[in-house]
Amino acid sequence: MSLAAASVPRMPRGVRLQEDRVRGGWVLLAPERAIALDAVGLAIISRIDGARDFGAIVADLSETYGAPEAEIARDSGEFIAALAERRILEIMV
Amino acid sequence: MTARPPIAMLAELTHRCPLSCPYCSNPVELARKESELSTAEWAGVFRQAAELGVLQLHLSGGEPASRRDLVELVEAAREAGLYTNLITSGIGLTERRLMALDAAGLDHIQLSLQGTDAETADRIGGYRSGFERKMAVAAWIGKIGFPLTLNFVMHRQNMHQLPRALEMAEEMGARRIEVATVQFHGWAMLNRGALMPSLEQAREAGRIVREARERLKGRLVIDYVPADYHAKYPKPCMGGWGSTGLNVTPDGIVLPCHAAQTIPSLSFETVREKTLGEIWENSSAFNAFRGTDWMAEPCRSCDRKEADFGGCRCQAMALAGDATATDPVCIKSPLHGKIHAMAQDWAAEEGAELTWRTGPERVLEGQS
Repeated sequence: MSLAAASVPRMPRGVRLQEDRVRGGWVLLAPERAIALDAVGLAIISRIDGARDFGAIVADLSETYGAPEAEIARDSGEFIAALAERRILEIMV
Repeated sequence: MTARPPIAMLAELTHRCPLSCPYCSNPVELARKESELSTAEWAGVFRQAAELGVLQLHLSGGEPASRRDLVELVEAAREAGLYTNLITSGIGLTERRLMALDAAGLDHIQLSLQGTDAETADRIGGYRSGFERKMAVAAWIGKIGFPLTLNFVMHRQNMHQLPRALEMAEEMGARRIEVATVQFHGWAMLNRGALMPSLEQAREAGRIVREARERLKGRLVIDYVPADYHAKYPKPCMGGWGSTGLNVTPDGIVLPCHAAQTIPSLSFETVREKTLGEIWENSSAFNAFRGTDWMAEPCRSCDRKEADFGGCRCQAMALAGDATATDPVCIKSPLHGKIHAMAQDWAAEEGAELTWRTGPERVLEGQS
């Protein structure tokens, strides 16, 4: 599934991004879950600020990584939707 | 053996608790208040845990709200950089105290549910008006905005209330519910005849959970701990002994799991004598069942050995009398048939009385 460009993903209370100083890299900390992020996951999550809509996030990622927007929208849309299903992200429509 | 750093730590701040649930996971021999770690000692343990690689801290008990310094402990945990989860019955929390915990940076609350109505919940918890109090606490949690997980502890006497527990989680605005069938360790071992669910009940609970997961997708996350005495394969004990988590008792003993003290061959060390890191890496108790080298048959050649790690070591000790044996609930264990039959017998026991947990103080009085 892909997200609508106008929908705004956000990190709800109780979810935060933190550097993992012992193992290296970044982790998403949430109720009863710690999710180690790879470079792609980190690039997406670090652009979620509760203000920018999905379209703006995709455009930013596309420009930064020089990849086609359609491809980025599909992959990051799936990533965000999967986390939303687990109540780790929220999508404001 | 080199150990990967642990991800989670369960801090049993105290064994004191206003409730007396007959399935309490605390050991039957409880630590007294006088022996509990001080505020400063716990703060030191939290810093050591973060340095060791722990990301998630679960503040538990007993009832953690029975510690007067709970707010200070949460502050210390957040200062150390830990994601801080409070595991509570709600008793001892006021709106003002919850606001102070909010200001201290508490990340998440897990609220236990003994039953879905006052009569059942107060009987199981052995605490009058506990349910009413808990409902008030749930409302304050919602008002402040803490993320909430409802933890419904399930057994033969309240399994029929599962549909209502799911509704209550939604009504409270919980993001998650843990539907946890009682694990038969500690006090629950004394109550198998009164608490063991029947095979039919266990199947019905599984069906309800599957249906609810589909229906509530994206609204409520359901973590489910099925009745393992009725299962084919054992639970993956701690995700592998000494691999992801550790447990610190009120008096500072560091355990690979909360029931590890039931294994008589193991000896444990305390944070008063050694650092958490030294204990995690070098102690004989943590190395006893790390990896797969300790396994005997049928685990050693089993293709599931990296999936369920031979099951629960404490259950192997309790049911097979040997902590290195295959968890007897496993279909490959020679004891599986016997355990299965025993579970049916316990489930069919009529009029079995509950033995409620007694507090550390009362235990002390009883001994003097």
